[in-house]
Amino acid sequence: MTASGPDSLVWWGWVGGHGGLILQRLEEHLSLTFEAVLIGAVLSAPLTLLARNRPRLQPWLIGFTGTLYTIPSLALFALLGPLTGFTTRTTSEIALVSYTLLILLRNFLAGLSEVPAEVVDAATAMGYPPLRRLWEVEVPLALPGVVAGLRIATVTTIGLVTIAALFGQGGLGALILDGLNRDFHTPVVVGSALSVALAVVADVALLGVERTLTPWSRRRMPT
Amino acid sequence: MVAPADAHVIALDVAHWFATASHWSGPDGIPARLGEHLVLSAEAMGVAGVLALPLALTLGHLQRAEVLAGSVSNVGRAMPSFAILVLAAQFRPIGLGDTAALVALVALAIPPLVTNTYVGVRSVDPEVREAAVAMGLSGWQLLWQVELPLALPLMLAGIRTSTVQVIATTTLAAEVSAGGLGRYIVDGIAESDYTKVWAGAILVAVLALVAEVVLGRVQALAVPGRGQALALPGGGDRPGGSGPTSATGTEPVPADR
Repeated sequence: MTASGPDSLVWWGWVGGHGGLILQRLEEHLSLTFEAVLIGAVLSAPLTLLARNRPRLQPWLIGFTGTLYTIPSLALFALLGPLTGFTTRTTSEIALVSYTLLILLRNFLAGLSEVPAEVVDAATAMGYPPLRRLWEVEVPLALPGVVAGLRIATVTTIGLVTIAALFGQGGLGALILDGLNRDFHTPVVVGSALSVALAVVADVALLGVERTLTPWSRRRMPT
Repeated sequence: MVAPADAHVIALDVAHWFATASHWSGPDGIPARLGEHLVLSAEAMGVAGVLALPLALTLGHLQRAEVLAGSVSNVGRAMPSFAILVLAAQFRPIGLGDTAALVALVALAIPPLVTNTYVGVRSVDPEVREAAVAMGLSGWQLLWQVELPLALPLMLAGIRTSTVQVIATTTLAAEVSAGGLGRYIVDGIAESDYTKVWAGAILVAVLALVAEVVLGRVQALAVPGRGQALALPGGGDRPGGSGPTSATGTEPVPADR
């Protein structure tokens, strides 16, 4: 480590001297990710109910969100640029949220479809009104799918947020971009490694949440 | 940087851009950039296929290295494509340009190929396998005549996922000075020529959507009548599956149960 310098893969001296900056980039990354997944979940919940209650709409909703998902991220950011401003947070969030919709919609639907029909019928027979039945019976039983969707959406978004740096949003991508522009390895390696680490930590943490919330599914779903 | 503009004005500018003859010829013309994009993507898929498919088929046939096959896809999902591209360009012998892009694209293409092929071979019914052995098929014949055809739907799904992902990420390769349609977006932003940015973005979006649809058709044709049903790998929405990855945008293998 003492041999590390500006030209080595990681110059620990730079890392030590820029702890504050690295932490700031990490916070920006987390905040962009969290906001996107949160908005995505808020939008996907009614879409899921719509798709379930109107099965004819389902292929259209999947098709629309699938189309958004297929557009390469750089192109989606660029398409939004002239409309909402190239370097605004709004642009980045619209793009990031767009990518979460397909993932969340599919997994939310899958979660709901795993709720046994007898349980729903029993709740109806017991006099549960539809909304209360949804909230107290169906949603808890759909949790494995819901949390699985949030997991994939979070991990995917953490990767995509690195691109938001090209549009002035900071995050770990800003470290990577800075290293690229200056031909300086250390920020590239640090930004990439932290991004992967963040994705892994988020994945494991949400897996923990899934297991805690749905202890009954532990045996069925070895992961 | 740029004020939100009137969508009609932008649409007219972009239509004018596409109607300009000079944008259809020369090294920065649409045919040349599209060609670069497709060649780079095809090279990456070719190299990745040669590296990944025989390996995954062999491991699946020998029923080995389950953990390895699973973690390849996990790492693939967590690794941002932008980071892989810039990291590849950091190596002195590679440097910026098409070679860096190729290395990164190959690395991105491999995980869905490995996972889907491996899972495809592994999910062949053990009874079918035993019957084939009982009929006197050698290990090679078993792989070639039984396991490969049965794994084909999943393999094709993986190839489709990989290909669409690679075509999408080739756009981003312009950030490390490679060619392709992404040049319009990256150069346009650098030159503050937002008409060019939009035109490039439209070209890229259309290419990705066309690739997705065409490969979907190929998949359906290659596996008549059962492409849809069998192209569902188990649990694509958890690690080890082959669901959506951290790519810049790919219709995931229809994987959610």
